[in-house]
Amino acid sequence: MAQPPDQLKESPSQTAGPYVHIGLTPNFCGIGGVYASDLGSTIVNDETKGERIELRIRVLDGTGTPLKDALLEIWQADASGLYNSPAELRGAADPNFQGWGRQPTDMETGVCQFRTIKPGRVPFRDGRLMAPHITLWIVARGINIGLHTRLYFSDEEKANAEDPILARIEHRLRVPTLIAERQGDVYVFDVHLQGEKETVFFDS
Amino acid sequence: MAERGSNRSPETGAFFQRDRQWHPPAFTPNYKSSVLRSPQKALLSFDNTLSELTGPVFGHAMLGELDNDLIHNFAKAGESAIGERIIVHGRVLDERGKGVPGVLLEFWQANAGGRYRHKKDGYLAPLDPNFGGCGRTITGEDGGYAFRTVRPGPYPWPNGPNDWRPAHIHFSVFGHGFAQRLITQMYFEGDPLIWRCPIVGGISNKAAVEALIATLDMQSTIPMDALAYAFDIVLRGRRSTLFENRPEGN
Repeated sequence: MAQPPDQLKESPSQTAGPYVHIGLTPNFCGIGGVYASDLGSTIVNDETKGERIELRIRVLDGTGTPLKDALLEIWQADASGLYNSPAELRGAADPNFQGWGRQPTDMETGVCQFRTIKPGRVPFRDGRLMAPHITLWIVARGINIGLHTRLYFSDEEKANAEDPILARIEHRLRVPTLIAERQGDVYVFDVHLQGEKETVFFDS
Repeated sequence: MAERGSNRSPETGAFFQRDRQWHPPAFTPNYKSSVLRSPQKALLSFDNTLSELTGPVFGHAMLGELDNDLIHNFAKAGESAIGERIIVHGRVLDERGKGVPGVLLEFWQANAGGRYRHKKDGYLAPLDPNFGGCGRTITGEDGGYAFRTVRPGPYPWPNGPNDWRPAHIHFSVFGHGFAQRLITQMYFEGDPLIWRCPIVGGISNKAAVEALIATLDMQSTIPMDALAYAFDIVLRGRRSTLFENRPEGN
């Protein structure tokens, strides 16, 4: 026997279940008066710098049916590519932009809407710039461990072509699964949990 | 810039990789909802970039006085939720065993009869007019946290013809990096339903299941008032940056 590593194990994940709204968006599911508002429901204010955009995201199961009980979170840099986080050492991010948002999928349509700004470019580990992107985290009944992926933008073709994460995707046919399509000021993005168009999910 | 709630400088090393054999896999067919909601292709693995190393900060100022008291935060003035009064407390640690300060913990649960305040829950057990079922807190300097609630009831659910969830409290946990984001459930020591649950059963390692079971903690009870359960949560640890080329900008 060698010395055991002096390490604990991460707590195992368990599904957020069908009632995730009670804990994370209580006002949305009719539990009023506990919190003034649902955390993460407003991302930008009048002072936030950057181009206003809207994300319209659906999460589809293996039959193509949109999930109506999922919860999504986004995490992104500000308009100049800085994260509002203590681990961001390159400079101070826009004080009017936390960079984090949380929304449930609509219980009728399955559409999840975020009003945010287009993020700037953030450097990869080796200093090359990544394309503008928004980190997505998805939980729901039936999802045992939160799914991590990214949303890139269809009108950033040149940046997307040199993005070091997109470049790692072996099957090039799957790259478009991470690119939201611009329609006016709205980016439309379908996350496919399974099937031919299954979204590329991350382990990072 | 100081790490939240402390004078330490922020750590910026990448997080230890997730042990995906310790967590439940995406596809656990005995839990039927996972069948059509589980990705089937290989995940794309890469070392954390700034997008995963960073994460939002939540300050203690956002908390209301009753946020960590589910017995009272939805109750009418002078009333309280029905059920076995308990305190749940513990520490949030990283895989190196260090307490993690400034962690936003959000929790939700069924009432003492096993009924959720949610329009999708049609279980015949009644709602408690004084119980909402949500609460939150932020860990202190040593990673410690505590909240007060009633012990949730077990309940039947439409998976198998006669499946029951063990009593449990859902936890959402925000570490310092978005890569640490975690949702899990806390179970109660001695509950025989734990080992019959198809959701728990997605975890193949017995020690991993036991890591989600809170221990009755008699030393933290309040005599003539509330029992106490101790529950520690572990988040991914960070690599030290010894001998490592730091990511650009760090």
